[in-house]
Amino acid sequence: MNADDQDLLDALLEGHHRALARIISKIENRAPGYRDLVSELYAHTGNADVIGITGSPGAGKSTLVDKLAETYRERGETVGIIAIDPSSPFTGGAVLGDRIRMASTIGDMDVFVRSMSARGTLGGLSTATADAVKAMDAFGKDKIIIETVGAGQNEVDIVRTADTVAVLVPPGSGDSVQTLKAGILEIADVFVVNKADRDGADRTVQELQEMLHIGADVGFGGSGHHGADAMADTAGDGTDDTDAETDTDADDPDDWMPPIVETVATKGTGVDTFIDELAAHKSFLVDSGTHAEKVRQRYAEEIRTLLREDVNALLEGELESAGGVDELAEAVRTGETDPYAIANDVLTPVADCLSEADIEAVQAEFDSE
Amino acid sequence: MSSEQDEESQSQPQSHGQGEGRSIRCLVAKVGLDGHDRGAHVISRAFRDAGFEVIYSGLHKAPDEIVQAAVQEDVDVLGISILSGAHDTLVPKIMDGLEEYGAREDTLVLVGGVIPEEDRPELKEEGVAAIFGPGTSIEETIEFVRENAPER
Repeated sequence: MNADDQDLLDALLEGHHRALARIISKIENRAPGYRDLVSELYAHTGNADVIGITGSPGAGKSTLVDKLAETYRERGETVGIIAIDPSSPFTGGAVLGDRIRMASTIGDMDVFVRSMSARGTLGGLSTATADAVKAMDAFGKDKIIIETVGAGQNEVDIVRTADTVAVLVPPGSGDSVQTLKAGILEIADVFVVNKADRDGADRTVQELQEMLHIGADVGFGGSGHHGADAMADTAGDGTDDTDAETDTDADDPDDWMPPIVETVATKGTGVDTFIDELAAHKSFLVDSGTHAEKVRQRYAEEIRTLLREDVNALLEGELESAGGVDELAEAVRTGETDPYAIANDVLTPVADCLSEADIEAVQAEFDSE
Repeated sequence: MSSEQDEESQSQPQSHGQGEGRSIRCLVAKVGLDGHDRGAHVISRAFRDAGFEVIYSGLHKAPDEIVQAAVQEDVDVLGISILSGAHDTLVPKIMDGLEEYGAREDTLVLVGGVIPEEDRPELKEEGVAAIFGPGTSIEETIEFVRENAPER
């Protein structure tokens, strides 16, 4: 690591806001040397609770995050917020507007709000987000909140950086609950029905409850093997389904049934309950041992992503130095060859080299410890 | 948006900077008791279309709040829109705040709005890089940002 980066890292650890801001920029830009910086950051992390908040546009995410930050600050905890907005697929430009909603804590430097745009990098955003979380963690933030529009797989990957994921479902999204089922609703650890003072809020709560119970009965989704346990209990003492479910919720520490919280973010209603549920989920993770498993999975995914990006970059570099992809594409257009044949030709020598990649040696280094 | 401008922004995608993911970050700020934000909106949109990342402050912000946003977001460019005539008190406060966080040196500060000719030298002395009055073309502003955004 060069001297400038070392100074920057020292300044971050000493608590200089600008150093944190600058390091996040380096992470976002994939600036030269950012990897060494992030490597160094890891030694100072692990103390923050990371919370992901997602939901459809206009669900009230930013407003709720604002109130969340305000409440944490009242409790004396410091907060970091990463707010992600889409970027234009055409120009790469973006208007990052989440900050406007975060007015309650403005002027308080212990709430560090950082807006990030998607920048159109495939898979890269979740890595950049995870790295930015590391920077805030090393800086000493107690709570780190990641906020993003839940629209697709990319966003799902982003919030998975969090220990606890809250999904906002505004009232009147009855129909979209159906369409979302296979997507972001599955990753929720806590459901928030925001704008709960509006018509249809009760109905939305009911629909979510129904969905969760169906999920629990057939044993899929966030509640894991809940269904099987419920069955066993029922067989044992002959209680009906509803009782069996309540029993397992209380008895089995391995189960987590996502709670449904009603909030009115603009007024701050329900925020305390929401915070309690977030804390409850965190202690569930730790007590059940799920946390270690979750963190392990996350790092596995980070390693995979890094390897994928790096191998890709290596090949891109080779392709560039060989004159770029255009000539090959033209050959496909004129019918001389096809994309599969080209990929095969390019990758055969790479595959031959793989025997030299000594992954076992890397593993052995840590096995002995 | 004119098609001419679209072509321009596409022909120089992220022309500025060294890193592969580099993109110019701007904070468009409305400061003080001035409710005229049409200009700030137009600039935000134009910057977005030019491929910049724009953070918009919202209305009625205090100088401290602008400084906080500029520092945390680590922006290359701070564009302050003032139509209230209070530029001679508000702008120095922002510049002092940036100084406090060591961000004054390498942030390109622009002022847009109604600034009388006789007030301009003073603002330039404060460290404002350029002042764009009524009638400035969007292209001119974007070009200025592209050429002068600080290398970091």
